[in-house]
Amino acid sequence: MNASTLIPTVTVEEDFRERAHEALGDVQLRNNFRSAMDSLMTKRAVAFSDAHEREHLRALGNAIRARALSKLPDLLERLEANLTRNGVQVHWAETVDEANEIVISIARRRAAKQVIKGKSMVSEEMEMNHVLGAQGIECLESDMGEYIVQLDNEKPSHIIMPAIHKNAGQVADLFHEKLGVEYTKDVDQLIQIGRRVLRQKFFEADIGVSGVNFAVAETGTLLLVENEGNGRMSTTVPPVHIAVTGIEKVVENLRDVVPLVSLLTRSALGQPITTYVNMISGPRKPGELDGPEEVHLVLLDNGRSQAFADSELRQTLNCIRCGACMNHCPVYTRIGGHAYGEVYPGPIGAIITPHMVGLAKVPDHPSASSLCGACGEVCPVKIPIPALLRRLREENVKAPGTSPRIMRGQGSKYSRKERLIWNMWAKLNSSPALYRVFLKAATRLRGLTPNNVGPWTQNHSAPKPAARSLHDMAREHLAKKSGDQ
Amino acid sequence: MSAKQNILNKLRKSLTGTTPVPDNFDEVLVTEPWTYAPEQRIPQLRKLMEAVHTEIHLSTEQDWPALLAQLVTDRQLPSLLIAPTTPHGQKVTDHWAQNPALPALKAYDRPVEEWKTELFNDTPASLTTTLGAIAATGSLIMWPTPEEPRLMSLVPPVHFALLKASEIRDNFYQVQREMNWAAGMPTNALLVSGPSKTADIEQILAYGAHGPKDLIVLILEDA
Repeated sequence: MNASTLIPTVTVEEDFRERAHEALGDVQLRNNFRSAMDSLMTKRAVAFSDAHEREHLRALGNAIRARALSKLPDLLERLEANLTRNGVQVHWAETVDEANEIVISIARRRAAKQVIKGKSMVSEEMEMNHVLGAQGIECLESDMGEYIVQLDNEKPSHIIMPAIHKNAGQVADLFHEKLGVEYTKDVDQLIQIGRRVLRQKFFEADIGVSGVNFAVAETGTLLLVENEGNGRMSTTVPPVHIAVTGIEKVVENLRDVVPLVSLLTRSALGQPITTYVNMISGPRKPGELDGPEEVHLVLLDNGRSQAFADSELRQTLNCIRCGACMNHCPVYTRIGGHAYGEVYPGPIGAIITPHMVGLAKVPDHPSASSLCGACGEVCPVKIPIPALLRRLREENVKAPGTSPRIMRGQGSKYSRKERLIWNMWAKLNSSPALYRVFLKAATRLRGLTPNNVGPWTQNHSAPKPAARSLHDMAREHLAKKSGDQ
Repeated sequence: MSAKQNILNKLRKSLTGTTPVPDNFDEVLVTEPWTYAPEQRIPQLRKLMEAVHTEIHLSTEQDWPALLAQLVTDRQLPSLLIAPTTPHGQKVTDHWAQNPALPALKAYDRPVEEWKTELFNDTPASLTTTLGAIAATGSLIMWPTPEEPRLMSLVPPVHFALLKASEIRDNFYQVQREMNWAAGMPTNALLVSGPSKTADIEQILAYGAHGPKDLIVLILEDA
């Protein structure tokens, strides 16, 4: 495989609304998502059959994350000190470019030609496959779902189930076409094909890259959960292991991971635990016969410190990336992950992405919600996602120059006309005399209301004021009642 | 200024005037629902591990080498990888010595670089021990060592694991506390809860993704 075939080529030139509209018309896509999300919701419900236990555990999960964030800088320093003591090299990056530079310089020093990647959403933020590809370094995904989407020059459509938008027939076509294997729709056989191809890649790779689920400050341990074994392969077979993670992933104590792992695997997949919980605390020691000679951790900010600066938005960083919010989101289920056009789709994507790419680049994301509340209800660490969506909608329409500046790209949807209308509406509703005049006018002149009122009438009939207002009728009713007595 | 200083400065500035959230970890939540009577531990572990296609056999300290030999033979495995200097590796070697017709034994006794091709392409099965297990989640606990390295339980398609019944504990919290994990972790510690699997295609569960296709646990009831 040459470098150019590794570059994802998903075109995202249209805006979010157009992509969403297109996705809604794709019956296959909608069926694939509907059935997958229904099944994931059922599995989660079964895994948390005791509501009492679930709610207490969520509260504990929230408290652990809140505690970690409340001492985040100290914990990051403690993590670094303990990892360094264990022989792990720790790097810090404010931007994805800096993070990529770190990875590239390690690759150059090792004269690396092939990189094998376990699943890592942070490496998606960095577009690592693309960046390393441009340097002539093959960067191959090894998670089965990630491998499938990379082979098709796509990006993941779900953070836990990257290829959930495809059915077995589509994977069969892809493998047949790209790998030249005999056509089969049998899932066991398809997985065995992936295993065979990727085993060779694990064997050859110069560097293994992984994400991190929890970084434990107390012991200097990187904890990874997974089912496939590709995470263990990527972190054990190649001579160098580079873990990339966001600065928020640190927890204080080893015991903190007990409830968090349980919340994570049950919320994500309905499993009591994943097949592997892989705890890495260092490179190969003298006398050990395998494991990487070098282990690196890259700590990436990429907008997280902006979310951190605001005590309400900080809660975004509680996230443990289980994906339950997307599984339960009526919008995500209908439009799928690609419509969002960014690394993190669904409700968590809508609240974290604006910090990474600026609100101006994703102005419609906070509005892609009916505010039904399902995401907040299922979140294992109790992120108030609906409240944060509303908050971002406010940041979205802030007047230019409003201080303090909360986030990059704020006010991108500000409109003087809209602000004027709202100001008038506020005035109207806070002045009784004015309100009465307005009501009178609205009821008397009801025949004059337009039949076409913008986006509203695309899917609804136009609103018509009633002949008499509720105020009016209530007043008459009350007068009549007091007259009767 | 360095990226590290910039990040830490920003974070510290954001926390100005705040106090850290107190640590009120409620251990009852992660222990009480996951506590079992001693006679329930094996059935609980078995139920969960068999639900994810683990094969479990009950045996004894005395009999397990013969059972292992039988299983290896039944599966027509051409060889078995062992850790020769461990007590259990020694027991296997002894048993095999008395039964010359058994499939060959391989020893993981040199750095992986010296035999990586053979490990990947010609090592169909392995035997390792465990540090115990967790009944609540159906998980084996493994701390690979210089004598019994990390790749032994990962690369060979069939993995046999020895588990002493007395070392089955109730839950992960109890394991961490009783074994004092917080005081120091090894290079790699693992919880293994079945053979490798994936549901990445249409959510259809398939076993044998990248790790072992088969996990076979021998529980030593008298050990």
